[in-house]
Amino acid sequence: MKYPEYQNIFTQVQVQGPPEWGMDIESAERERGTWARFSVLVGWMGNAQLGPLYLGWTGMVSIATGILALNIIGFNMLAQVDWSIPEFIRQLFWLALEPPSPEYGLTIPPLNDGGWYIIASFFLLISVMSWWARTYLLAMEHKMGKHVFWAFGSAIWLFLVLGLFRPILMGSWSEAVPYGIFPHLDWTTAFSIRYGNLYYNPFHALSIVFLYGSVLLFAMHGATILAVTRYGGDRELEQIIDRGTASERAALFWRWTMGFNATMEGIHRWAWWFAVLTPITGGIGILLTGTVVDNWFIWAQEHHFAPMYDGSYGYEAYGSYEAFIGQGGD
Amino acid sequence: MLPKWFNDWNSKNPADIYGPAILVGTLGGAVFVAIALVTLGQPYKTDSMQTGPRGTGMSVPEFVTEVKMADPTIEAYYTEEPYLPEGGETLAKDEYQNVQVLGDLTVDNFNRLMNAMTQWVAPDEGCAYCHGDADLEDYGEDNLYTKVVSRRMIQMTQNINEGWDGHVNANAQVGVNCYTCHRGQNVPSDIWFKIGPTTEATAGWAAVQNRVTVQSQYTSLPSDALETFLLDYGRIGVHNLESHVAEYPDEEGVTTWQDTERTFSLMNYVSNSLGVNCNFCHNSRAFYDPEQVTPQWSTEQLGIGMVQEINNDYLVPLKDEYPPERLGPVFADAPKAACKTCHKGYQQPMQGLNVIADWPELATTEAPVYASAEEAAPAEDDTAEAAADDSAADDAAADDAATGDDAPADGDSN
Repeated sequence: MKYPEYQNIFTQVQVQGPPEWGMDIESAERERGTWARFSVLVGWMGNAQLGPLYLGWTGMVSIATGILALNIIGFNMLAQVDWSIPEFIRQLFWLALEPPSPEYGLTIPPLNDGGWYIIASFFLLISVMSWWARTYLLAMEHKMGKHVFWAFGSAIWLFLVLGLFRPILMGSWSEAVPYGIFPHLDWTTAFSIRYGNLYYNPFHALSIVFLYGSVLLFAMHGATILAVTRYGGDRELEQIIDRGTASERAALFWRWTMGFNATMEGIHRWAWWFAVLTPITGGIGILLTGTVVDNWFIWAQEHHFAPMYDGSYGYEAYGSYEAFIGQGGD
Repeated sequence: MLPKWFNDWNSKNPADIYGPAILVGTLGGAVFVAIALVTLGQPYKTDSMQTGPRGTGMSVPEFVTEVKMADPTIEAYYTEEPYLPEGGETLAKDEYQNVQVLGDLTVDNFNRLMNAMTQWVAPDEGCAYCHGDADLEDYGEDNLYTKVVSRRMIQMTQNINEGWDGHVNANAQVGVNCYTCHRGQNVPSDIWFKIGPTTEATAGWAAVQNRVTVQSQYTSLPSDALETFLLDYGRIGVHNLESHVAEYPDEEGVTTWQDTERTFSLMNYVSNSLGVNCNFCHNSRAFYDPEQVTPQWSTEQLGIGMVQEINNDYLVPLKDEYPPERLGPVFADAPKAACKTCHKGYQQPMQGLNVIADWPELATTEAPVYASAEEAAPAEDDTAEAAADDSAADDAAADDAATGDDAPADGDSN
């Protein structure tokens, strides 16, 4: 079977050789970590070169506090199963480090009732914020725009709303989200149900629009670029400033398909804003819940967008149980 | 391995056989699957029971293979019609010693019930399970805990059928008897005990959840839901009924998302017990809204009240009667009941089998009413009232029984 190189799931051509170290300046060795090497596996999915990695102070702080937070969570889980490794593995998805009980409000609770949660959250906060600073500093050093920094900031907004801003407005750290696989999902369900169904929260709806929109745009853009790679369309930056047949064909395809096309540059603004608006709108929705609105369904009824349905309730209006299970009646 | 002429010919006639092979294989496979589906049928066919207005998505889906399969315990069910008393028979209280609950039964009916209880609860051990190895004349003695407990269980059964008619006869006469829970076992399945903290390392909310327990139905939801709601009369509802209420989670009595998880734990338990989903009772877009619930929701409300009474008035007070091996593993508490103890995963226990028609002795705390009078009971609001007014009920019962039998057939025609 002869397939052209560009019709593949994995990158077929890997460039391997002396590692690329960046600009050769005096401080390069010291700043850019100690190693750089190649991996065929990594090369299938991206650049085959791994490293060098620049950590700097922000990176070091971020990784150190992140590891601390993760270990506090992990050892709390381990303590809950009496330090039994098999039980830890068996119940891992059930275990959690839970926020304090509600009665402690915004005070510091005992260690075994949310105290460790506060400590872990504190370290996690430092970790995330210093990583955020890192995205700014590295972009600055590269004389880049700060788009990644702001995009990560939008995710941090949602993170802070869930774990800091909303608990403070609600007057209790207990409102924060548990650190655990199933337990954080339990929180999500209970949060929606407690406040009368989050699906009637317009900002939740907006967030879903942007989330699903992001997925759609990502698929459309990825497909479009792969489809015109044979004409050099994957060299997107060059196509932006010097439009070639790849861009022309891609644009024509979408204009004929749906009457409108983004541009080679504009599609990235579409994608960036959709992605960034997902946590921004979601965060607003969460922040309003329990603070401004306590029952979204009733709020929706008051604002006339929760229609009532005509018809009977109860299965007896639609048939009998005996008939359904195939006994009697048949 | 292959003959030379073939290899020669093959090398002179190169052909891409993989393309056509994949094409033929894919198309052939698809045709094969399609034919199998058409001739043998869809193996995972589902059927669904609509429970609310169209457009709300309210339905309970089931695999057809599962829903049509009868509850296996139905086949082992033992029953026997009553001996209609004609007056003048010897009563159990006159014939036997120490008959505290069933004394007004005729001797024949008393022994009929005793025999059935043996079949329902102790088919292997027989009479000796409660009466020991004693001679017949010593059967009045209360030496064994099993006898003391079963006497109280008879009273409980009578109370359930009489006082909780709205639950156990909600859609049709079904009722309960010993077999509803016991199913031929000494100790019914799906009983529950208090479990206490799920971890020693934590306190507060962290200590009631996030462990794989039967009480949490193997979820990470709180494990104390049954205890809180079905024993301690905890508040189940968690919602505010106005769009905004000025309250904070650290205040006393304000429901939190943690409380919601506990309620969710109970609701999940109920769903599993009945083999249904949320939409069986609720319109899930507004769980709390009494204008958008099904009639089953009301039946369930009664069921919760019934279980609270069963546990607090009947099962918990028996604690001191039990030997240690019957008590809970953590707190040595008495075994308790909940939805699953009777329902065992079905919407109605034993799929709606009428287990009370033959047992008027268990249908009332008063003197039993024989003939067809008790069949009129589900048509009335109050069993006791129907029982008291038995001559009038007799006639009504005959009519009701006739129409009642036909009703399911009518319902099925759509």
